[in-house]
Amino acid sequence: MNTASLRVVAAGPLVTFQDGGRLGHLRYGIPASGPMDRTAHAIANVVLGNPAGATTVEVSRAGASFECVGSSMTVAVVGGRLRTSVNGAAVGANIVVTLVPGDQLTIASGPSGSWAYLAVAGELVARRWLGNTATHSLSGLGGGHVTAGVDVGVSAARVAPLLDGPVAIFPGNVLSDGAVRIVLGPQDHRCTAEALQHFVTVPFALTEGFDRMGVRLDGPHLDLDAALSIPSEPIVRGSVQVAGDGVATVLLADHQTTGGYPKIATVVGADLDAFCQLRPGDLVRFVPVTPAEAILIARTRAAAFEKFLDNELLSARRLAQRLAETDLIGDVGTD
Amino acid sequence: MNRFAPVGDSALLIELASEFTEEANRQVVALDQAINSAIGEGRVVGILETVPAYVSVLIVFDPLVTDHDAVRAAIDLLDTTGAAVVEPSRHHVAVCYDLGVAPDLETVAATSGLSPDGVVEAHLSGSYRVVMYGFAPGYAYLSGVPDSINVPRKQQSVRGVPTGSVIIAGGQCLITTIEMPTGWSVIGRTHFRVLPEQSSAPFAFRPGDEIVFDRITLDEYKATP
Repeated sequence: MNTASLRVVAAGPLVTFQDGGRLGHLRYGIPASGPMDRTAHAIANVVLGNPAGATTVEVSRAGASFECVGSSMTVAVVGGRLRTSVNGAAVGANIVVTLVPGDQLTIASGPSGSWAYLAVAGELVARRWLGNTATHSLSGLGGGHVTAGVDVGVSAARVAPLLDGPVAIFPGNVLSDGAVRIVLGPQDHRCTAEALQHFVTVPFALTEGFDRMGVRLDGPHLDLDAALSIPSEPIVRGSVQVAGDGVATVLLADHQTTGGYPKIATVVGADLDAFCQLRPGDLVRFVPVTPAEAILIARTRAAAFEKFLDNELLSARRLAQRLAETDLIGDVGTD
Repeated sequence: MNRFAPVGDSALLIELASEFTEEANRQVVALDQAINSAIGEGRVVGILETVPAYVSVLIVFDPLVTDHDAVRAAIDLLDTTGAAVVEPSRHHVAVCYDLGVAPDLETVAATSGLSPDGVVEAHLSGSYRVVMYGFAPGYAYLSGVPDSINVPRKQQSVRGVPTGSVIIAGGQCLITTIEMPTGWSVIGRTHFRVLPEQSSAPFAFRPGDEIVFDRITLDEYKATP
């Protein structure tokens, strides 16, 4: 049996292995990590017939380039609009493509988006920690950083050229006019009323201080009430924390699990993936919803995404399978 | 009175007190255990994990199964006053306080008006309790640092502080688990590992556990792997 791999020709910073996430260890100081855009990650896997939470390579805007080694394989690149090319020829963003040994796949910063997911029909081989390959970028624990010169093993590589072509994009994974829905709290009472009013009315810009741990925002200075030193309290993915300097940070996949600064709001899960795909300089508006509305948003979103995966992706796979069977019969007929 | 605060679409924070006290944190540990017993016995549904902190417990739930109000109602029904609290374990941690691996010992001594040995004796005399894990993987915050060596954080973080460093600041103590920048004072080094290096190994401490530091020489530190 051929040993298949993707040889890393080049990789910028923050290119890491990610699976569905290391859930359930917050109490030990360990965030779930996992993909910055969980929607794109799941689509990249499902379109190839992999489990939604299978291991992918998360490619940052800094880009990465891979050479197909050992045997042919079908891969998907999904997320943002990062520019994908094979042997120098552009193949578009959000694409399934079949590589033959020697092919070079390059993912580079495109017109928009910050993260793309490289999935392989088969299984990417990556180190596990506490049961998951998701990389905690600060420590490198988990699958780890993907760096130039490394051969990323692919086990049970499959070739499915009938899947080649553009991948449907989930219409629910976009922000409407930069609106990011939040639930206020749990420590919004630590902000002055004026600061809170600014927070929900004035646009904020993402800054260059943007990595897997979080993104600092540029906007009005948010004044905190006198009692600055609150006992460290738990943080979740999407927490909006305001530090002593009045600057807000949205905490993301590799967030610290506790913090002593007030967390004045939390971004709803349905808007977080699209938020992560923004770039420094992009503007957002924070729109408060009630906790009950947030629950409804989460349920509506989950149902819509499930339907999308079933209708758009699985039906495409079934069609591909049917075509394959027809071809097979055709082949027999011409013998 | 506990304060319940919604956290986004999938969590609820219960604040038991506004300031840290050992008693408030003991209540946190008891509540956390009561919730997890209830989960284990199937008395509550939809709760994915809980995070005990200094004076609060975060409950993370699946919004497709339950919601903030239902979780709060389930917690209100729990009787935590008589909850059987898991007996805390006591762990011994061997620490080398040699100046070669304790770069801030002399500064802490100068700040505290003690000799370096005086700082070590004070550190050894503390009665330490794990109040929570937080910040970074395996960072177990220990309360119980004696007031005589209660030093503030440094103005600037120092990079490249190695794994196994014993660090103190503001009445708290930590054993570092990964190489990280820190503004805390490094007063010793240990081979003890809080964080499992093997996927299957358990974490060394549970919130509520007691820690005893034992002094070893540099030769003893070097002799152990």
